Amino acid sequence: MSAAMDTESTYSGYSHYSGHSKKAHRQGRDRHKSPRSKDGSRSEKSVTIQTPPAEPLLGNDASQVEDGQDDNWGETTTAITGTSEHSISQEDIARISKDLEDSVGLDCKRYLGLTVATVLGLFVFLTPIAFILLPQILWRDDLEPCGAVCEGLFISVAFKLIILLIGTWTLFFRQPKADIPRVFVFRALLLVLIFLFVFSYWLFYGVRILDLKDTNYQGIVQYAVSLVDALLFIHYLAIVLLELRQLQPMFAVKVVRSTDGESRYYSLGHLSIQRAALVVLENYYRDFPVYNPALLTASKSRAAKHMAGLKVYNVDGPGNNAAGQSRAMIAAAARRRDSSHNELYYEEADQERRVKKRRARLVVAVEEAFTHIKRLQAEEQQKAPGEVMDPREAAQAIFPSMARALQKYLRTTRQQQYHSMESILQHLSFCITNNMTPKAFLERYLNPGPTLQYDRDRWFSKQWTLVSGEAVTSGLQDGIVFVLKCLDFSLVVNVKKIPFIKLSEEFIDPKSHKFVLSLQSETSV
Amino acid sequence: QYSAVVSFSPFQQRIEIHKLRQGDNLILGFSIGGGIDQDPSQNPFSEDKTDKGIYVTRVTEGGPAEVAGLQIGDKIMQVNGWDMTMVTHDQARKRLTKRNEEVVRLLVTRQSLQKAVQQSMMS
Repeated sequence: MSAAMDTESTYSGYSHYSGHSKKAHRQGRDRHKSPRSKDGSRSEKSVTIQTPPAEPLLGNDASQVEDGQDDNWGETTTAITGTSEHSISQEDIARISKDLEDSVGLDCKRYLGLTVATVLGLFVFLTPIAFILLPQILWRDDLEPCGAVCEGLFISVAFKLIILLIGTWTLFFRQPKADIPRVFVFRALLLVLIFLFVFSYWLFYGVRILDLKDTNYQGIVQYAVSLVDALLFIHYLAIVLLELRQLQPMFAVKVVRSTDGESRYYSLGHLSIQRAALVVLENYYRDFPVYNPALLTASKSRAAKHMAGLKVYNVDGPGNNAAGQSRAMIAAAARRRDSSHNELYYEEADQERRVKKRRARLVVAVEEAFTHIKRLQAEEQQKAPGEVMDPREAAQAIFPSMARALQKYLRTTRQQQYHSMESILQHLSFCITNNMTPKAFLERYLNPGPTLQYDRDRWFSKQWTLVSGEAVTSGLQDGIVFVLKCLDFSLVVNVKKIPFIKLSEEFIDPKSHKFVLSLQSETSV
Repeated sequence: QYSAVVSFSPFQQRIEIHKLRQGDNLILGFSIGGGIDQDPSQNPFSEDKTDKGIYVTRVTEGGPAEVAGLQIGDKIMQVNGWDMTMVTHDQARKRLTKRNEEVVRLLVTRQSLQKAVQQSMMS
């Protein structure tokens, strides 16, 4: 791997060409480099239709496609491709180092917080029991006998402790869904509060009861009961602060993906920025269509063409007038007669037509395949009622008839790296088992689904960084913007307050706003 | 409970109509319009367009009503002693078409004769 990286760090355009023999080591995410060969053809202002070379069935990791398309590659300008080469190699390094960080060692901070909370919880839980038992152990004979009242108090202490235990377990000991950088302010406050509270109770207990060896046992038990009551109230406070406060929606949050502009709105309550980021990320995996770098090549090629169109030569000798140069470039670009909008329009119309055609072929092929299955099932039922065809076998039987249409469609919509042959066969046998129609089977392939639907290796987005101007533990306010970055793209989050709605009451005469149909009927008698 | 509005109309007449038997029905030979559930502003015969009383809108030729002297545009005030100034359209119809009555005695009021002639010429 290090040899490949050495080759890539140079700026020469042909380094990629020499490096392609090491493609087997690279992972699938380098695929988005392949359409760059189209840059070369576009910058010459001609529309060429690149027929991709005949690709083997989807099972192979599409490393062989780059061979056919690399032939035109040498015509592109080296400056642009050189920089993108460099950035890719840096990203590779970044990715590798992050992977290493993941696997090495446990996260000490998370476990530290958890252990502190558990220890404190145990201490707090055992305190009332200790309050009640210590006098019995230490000076049993001196204690006044305490009848039914004490027994009632014992029962109430026991049940309140059980309720407290169940409540705390439900509220706090849930599987942590995520790992966040800073401490939860409210949780920390509550822990401190509980600690101080119990500490002061122990203080009073030690001074007033243990030292003086108080004989009024009923008083001691009531002291313990008051502690448990107060703990229940603190638990109530915890519920309100940690759970109820953020339920009522106060902010509308807009999340925009930087690469393709996909946006969603979410409603959030009073949360800290880090928790809001968590909510956004959880919803990202479910709502946003999967990030597909292959779909961005068209805009990248257009951008490359804009940059490649103008070159600035400094003929007046040394002296770097950078500002003047950029202004001159912008002015020249504005004056240039640009027909790229035309190209965009026809290209998009073409692409749409192509996709629709392939989709029609695909739908027909899949429908035929499914009717074939039905026929087979009918035959099976007539022949031997005991033998039922295994769905896996049925899937394998009909797969070849629609494999080609499906493969072509996926390639046209650039989704082919998300579906391997094995996954398609699995999905097919799943659909056959559950008696799904062809349309239900195709639903997965016709449109790009949310990120959760795909294999984890294809996600492109596992490590996130929160970039925020304000402190991440501060609450959400109107107008806050923060960014969630991952390696390939970022999510820009914009927070807006839900407007205050004022409803007022006004009396309106019922006759004046209702429509009454007045009739004039005539009856003959 | 209603308040009876007594208006001194210029022309009140008592008309006695003998019902004509046609098959199974007893017919009177005229049509009524109006009622407290109807729209008074669409009544072409009333002088006061908020008047929700029962008016005679048509009189069949040669029928018992015409023979008895009922005219188009008459406002029916009473039928056999029952008040008709504050009834719904359907109640009015029922009061006029009782099956066991062969004679109905109406108290009608009419606008001035000139106006009645004008209206009958226009309609």
